[in-house]
Amino acid sequence: MTGNTIQLDNNGNLKHFLTTEGLSQSLLQKILDHAESFATVGDRPVKKVPLLRGKTIANLFFEPSTRTRTTFELAAKRLSADILNLNISTSATSKGESLSDTLQTLEAMHCDMFVVRHANSGAAHYIATQVAPHISVINAGDGRHAHPTQAMLDMFTIRRHKKEFENLRVAIVGDVLHSRVARSEIHALNTLGVLETRIVAPHTLIPKEVESLGVHVHHDMDEGLEGVDVVMMLRLQRERMRGALLPSEFEYFQRYGLTGKRLEKAKPDAIVMHPGPINRGVEIDSSVADSERSVILQQVSHGIAVRMAVMAMTMGRSGDDMEENE
Amino acid sequence: MNIHIKGGRLFDPTNKLDAKQDLFIADDKIVGIKKKPGGFDSDVEIDAKDKIVIPGLIDLCARLREPGFEYKATFETECYAANSSGITSICCPPDTKPVIDTTAVVDLIQQRASETKRTNVFPLGALTLGLQGEQLAEMNTLKQAGCIGVSNALAPIENTEVLRRAFEYARSCDLTVFFYAEDTSLRNNGVAHEGQLSTRLGLPPIPETAETVALSRALLLVEQTNVKTHFCRLSTARGVKLIQEAQAKDLPVTADVAICNLHLTEMDIADYNSDCHLQPPLRSERDRQGLINGINDGVITAVCSDHQPHDVDAKSAPFSLTEPGASTIEHLLPLLLHLVDRKEIKLEKAIPLLTSQPANILGIDKGRIEIDKDADICIVDLDKSTNVEQDNLHSAGKNSPFKGWELPGQVSHTILNGEVVFTRE
Repeated sequence: MTGNTIQLDNNGNLKHFLTTEGLSQSLLQKILDHAESFATVGDRPVKKVPLLRGKTIANLFFEPSTRTRTTFELAAKRLSADILNLNISTSATSKGESLSDTLQTLEAMHCDMFVVRHANSGAAHYIATQVAPHISVINAGDGRHAHPTQAMLDMFTIRRHKKEFENLRVAIVGDVLHSRVARSEIHALNTLGVLETRIVAPHTLIPKEVESLGVHVHHDMDEGLEGVDVVMMLRLQRERMRGALLPSEFEYFQRYGLTGKRLEKAKPDAIVMHPGPINRGVEIDSSVADSERSVILQQVSHGIAVRMAVMAMTMGRSGDDMEENE
Repeated sequence: MNIHIKGGRLFDPTNKLDAKQDLFIADDKIVGIKKKPGGFDSDVEIDAKDKIVIPGLIDLCARLREPGFEYKATFETECYAANSSGITSICCPPDTKPVIDTTAVVDLIQQRASETKRTNVFPLGALTLGLQGEQLAEMNTLKQAGCIGVSNALAPIENTEVLRRAFEYARSCDLTVFFYAEDTSLRNNGVAHEGQLSTRLGLPPIPETAETVALSRALLLVEQTNVKTHFCRLSTARGVKLIQEAQAKDLPVTADVAICNLHLTEMDIADYNSDCHLQPPLRSERDRQGLINGINDGVITAVCSDHQPHDVDAKSAPFSLTEPGASTIEHLLPLLLHLVDRKEIKLEKAIPLLTSQPANILGIDKGRIEIDKDADICIVDLDKSTNVEQDNLHSAGKNSPFKGWELPGQVSHTILNGEVVFTRE
């Protein structure tokens, strides 16, 4: 369905990575397999492979981000690519340059890949339809729509801990309404064949007809966590407190904050995830965030391997090519 | 000039006219049906064999982009596009730049219309000054200058007291209010119907209640003020029900629907197709059915193009950043005939939606085939089809959501005030 006609080339290989929706289970597993082969690069004395030597990658961030941009930058450098960081929200557009003019300018500089973060849903799709055929586009987050590399690093983390997806129950807790991470996770989990995906939030933070994405909805945290293998917490942006969506951080934490006691509802070996940065005492209790159940820091380091895998695959290279290039 | 239309099927359901008869036009009036008037000598003969001859079409909402947006389109391009679909009368909303809130702008529009000589143009005056929703516009002055009704176009009137007074004052001036129902705070910068698609694509949603809450508020004020109100471009099934209930209470209300909302749903946005970024938004299939039922039940009595031609840049950006609206004027009739072909609306129900019924809403003596009426006529070949392609659009706006569609019916001639303004080669 969505994105597929544009994400895949004629041979079914990944050309752009815009959304996890509509990609096949085998392709998602292939991304995870490639990430597995890149995961050890960071442990070597020389943390580089020459797969994308001579390629130029532009980080196009129309919305501020430190963590995501940094891990993409590290991933590119470990693949030996040259990387340009463009913080467009403060440069071109404020001078009145249109998005398509910015893209053409960068194309003229012979960039091979755009990594795009934008505040509007569909921005990465739009850019993928505008660029020259040799350029790949990776979505680093568009509005509320998708954040596919975050979802895949979460899948990578789950696979490392749980091995198989088939028998898992997963609860995604928090602001699903505004969350691109949640949407990408839901599609990835369902494609990878989990037993059940749940979302847990008050009515105000759940988008309409969300069941059509293949999830069960819970408004009660204890019910939602009952017997789950994975708890994926979402970040709650503080500005949401100012509108009519929630009364206060205190009340939110009371009903939906993840505490040690709440976590007892989940399976004894359940893992706790969070895309970061975490708001301690708002969506998660410090004792849980720092506990051995938490895999939050592993998620960050897995992010580099997954982004290396996606970058290599969209450029037609894979981890299998690593040795022959060395 | 005398025109003799030969051998066509005259079709005007409002006058119960459906017969293969000749039609005679002298100067700007219809002078003979079936029987040639004494002393009539034709200057032009049009062979309408195997075609239907209907009243010239009346479009209740089209933006011709003058003044203020000439970079998008002009009277010349858009009125010609209208003629190619058999349209002879256009009602335009007041959201030009500057807004139609002074006689100078009304005069300018009328001057451009008379220079172009392709369609009758009926401007709506602003309901509030600058469409700001704060101070009443000089409605009576605008009426004297030629405005046919008043409207706040797409701009909200958030202050309910202002809305009440605007309704009361419009009634004093005996003006119909053309009201677009949308609650700005519920819309909340939304760009797509709140439902499966907005959830999947992560597009800021516009709930159904953005329409129904605004509609309910306005209907209560209509009940209080008894002002004649035409509700423009309904998009929800529940909105249709609200109008139906109001009509059952004998409130002076009518309603129309934009042609896109009769054909397309939220799902047509697919992968962020900005040509389907519309206001009102495309809603669910249930809503589309509700709008069709509204027509068949006689609640909705007109269909408009809601034509909004755009420049390329306006539609080339991430979805939320594109401008809403579709270029539809030249396919208004074929799109309606498509619904007839699909057996959703009967032909005798469809034609009055674009002729006699919008004329009644505007209070103009047009939209009928009758002796002594204005000679605005459209001749259509129902056996031919119209293909919608980017390269063959007459409108300056190429933002049609129907590209690639093959539609039934092809207009062969359009006659305005007794002059042939369009002939298809």
